[in-house]
Amino acid sequence: MTYEFLMASAIGVLVAGGIFLALRARTFQVVLGLTLLSYAVNLFLFASGRLVLNRPPIWGKAVTEYTDPLPQALALTAIVITFGMTAFVVILALRSFLESGSDHVDGDTVTGDAQDGFADDAAHGERP
Amino acid sequence: MTLADHLPILPVAIPALAAPFALLVMRRRWALGINISLVSCLAMLASAITLMARVSDGTILAYELGDWPAPFGIVLVADRLAAMMLVLAATLALIALLHSVVTRADRKGWHFHPLFQFQLMGLNGAFLTGDLFNLFVFFEVLLIASYGLMLHGQGPARLKAGVQYVVVNLVGSSLFLIALGLLYALTGTLNMADMGLRVAALAPEDQGLLRIAALLLVSVFALKAAVAPLHLWLMRTYAVSTPAVAALFAIMTKVGVYSLIRVVPQVFGDGAGAAAWVPAPYLLPAAMVTTVIGFAGVFVARSLSEQAAYAVIGSTGTLLIAVAGWQTATLGAALYYLVHSTIAAAALFLMADAVARRRGGFADSASPGPDFADRSTVGLMFMLAAIAATGLPPLSGFIGKLMILKSMTALPDWGWAWGVILTTTLIGVIGFARVGSTLFWKQAQSGDVPAPAATRADLVAPAIALALLAALSAGAGWASAYANAAAAQVLDPALSVRAVLGEVEQ
Repeated sequence: MTYEFLMASAIGVLVAGGIFLALRARTFQVVLGLTLLSYAVNLFLFASGRLVLNRPPIWGKAVTEYTDPLPQALALTAIVITFGMTAFVVILALRSFLESGSDHVDGDTVTGDAQDGFADDAAHGERP
Repeated sequence: MTLADHLPILPVAIPALAAPFALLVMRRRWALGINISLVSCLAMLASAITLMARVSDGTILAYELGDWPAPFGIVLVADRLAAMMLVLAATLALIALLHSVVTRADRKGWHFHPLFQFQLMGLNGAFLTGDLFNLFVFFEVLLIASYGLMLHGQGPARLKAGVQYVVVNLVGSSLFLIALGLLYALTGTLNMADMGLRVAALAPEDQGLLRIAALLLVSVFALKAAVAPLHLWLMRTYAVSTPAVAALFAIMTKVGVYSLIRVVPQVFGDGAGAAAWVPAPYLLPAAMVTTVIGFAGVFVARSLSEQAAYAVIGSTGTLLIAVAGWQTATLGAALYYLVHSTIAAAALFLMADAVARRRGGFADSASPGPDFADRSTVGLMFMLAAIAATGLPPLSGFIGKLMILKSMTALPDWGWAWGVILTTTLIGVIGFARVGSTLFWKQAQSGDVPAPAATRADLVAPAIALALLAALSAGAGWASAYANAAAAQVLDPALSVRAVLGEVEQ
């Protein structure tokens, strides 16, 4: 039970959750799934330089043990890109919902929404 | 370092400069913005042709960004294949841009021209880069711009297709990053030439991971190239896009094909152990299925733009059948067909637009409508575009398919490839003939006569595309010689290793 196990299981859980949510019918859940997936990817990229604790990310003459700085740069780039993409897809999903009246990814207008087990806001909105 | 040494960065730098300037001036001085965009495309074409002239003798230019030495910094690599793709992208961009300006399709939103330039920056960068992570970044640049361009003109149909397109590509980007992480963890480098060397020296216990990484990377490229079963995102996206944008997108699937051609021989070549030629067993069947799906779609399509989108899939499939051979002759034929099929697809999208503009409410649906302006001219040009898309003489598709068929005979599975290519060509011909005769020969007795198009100016851009195809047919000797030389260069990774890393590593 080391921190490597912690890292690997965290990535695994995030990917599993991300794939599950990304396969759902509604855009909000899909966006959440993509976000989880991107977290997992960032952690994975970070770990691709091996997990090294308490070492400087610089290679110098005095430094014998160091942590690889390149994956940190890669993860930073990936974070910036996925953050921008997530913001964009949120706005796009919202515009699509407002213009077409449906938040289903495949474009079908399903009222009620019995099939994925989540209660529709509209169905419960009138409750006193 | 003289100014001429900075030539390889120009195709990326020009649109990177033009886009923000166009963005700044767009609101106040529309005409100036258009001119910036046009001049930028012309400059890109000029620099691409200069680059092509520089590398056509077989030299490989390696441009180290920030002058960081090769495996550590990012390097741009300009060889015959990259120069060819740059010229193709710039030519296609000029045609698409001309069409959008002439038909005023660019006026439906403020940001058409800046996005167009960013899209070109991403495309050119992806063609030039010699670094895998940089390839990812340029993929993202071209994707982000393409999201905006695809939504240009707005409307519920575009937004709906846009959500799917963005979601699919975000998942693709995640897979790309996972593959990159694995490859970096295994080899400790992201430079393609360096990675090719290090992959060959991997320990036996790492071979499994290497194979997973290679297959993931190839799947991502297959997704971009819309290879079956990863093609489902393409039809709706391309069919609902503004036609000028769809014409530019004709090169987007080719970016996926290009990346396959670039990365597989370089990194996963003969010496790669468990990952040697990793897509080889799957690519040919997938490409054949893609071809069948594409041309079956051409056969059943209900509108011209949908038909053009399916033609893109079909032509990518045909192209990949040839690529899957991984030999100089097949790859050379594939590269010739790549140039042809990109321009032919653009011509189809532009002709679909020309028809839709003249038919009023009937748009480009494959149903007989009332008589419309320039019917015979438009019909003739549509026929030429269809000839190009299916690969009949005299346009260059015929020569392309002929070269593919001829080169395939050296392979063990050539019977299947011949059967698929010839049958799908026939299906495609029938599909285009059906739609063409419905549109241009039948006439519905309908009350509403659509307003005739004010000018014939919207026929200029497709006419240029068709003329280019005729030129490609006339200059087939030179073009196929260049394509074969490019293929030979790509399939010999030692050449680019020497250019990028120098003699030290040999």
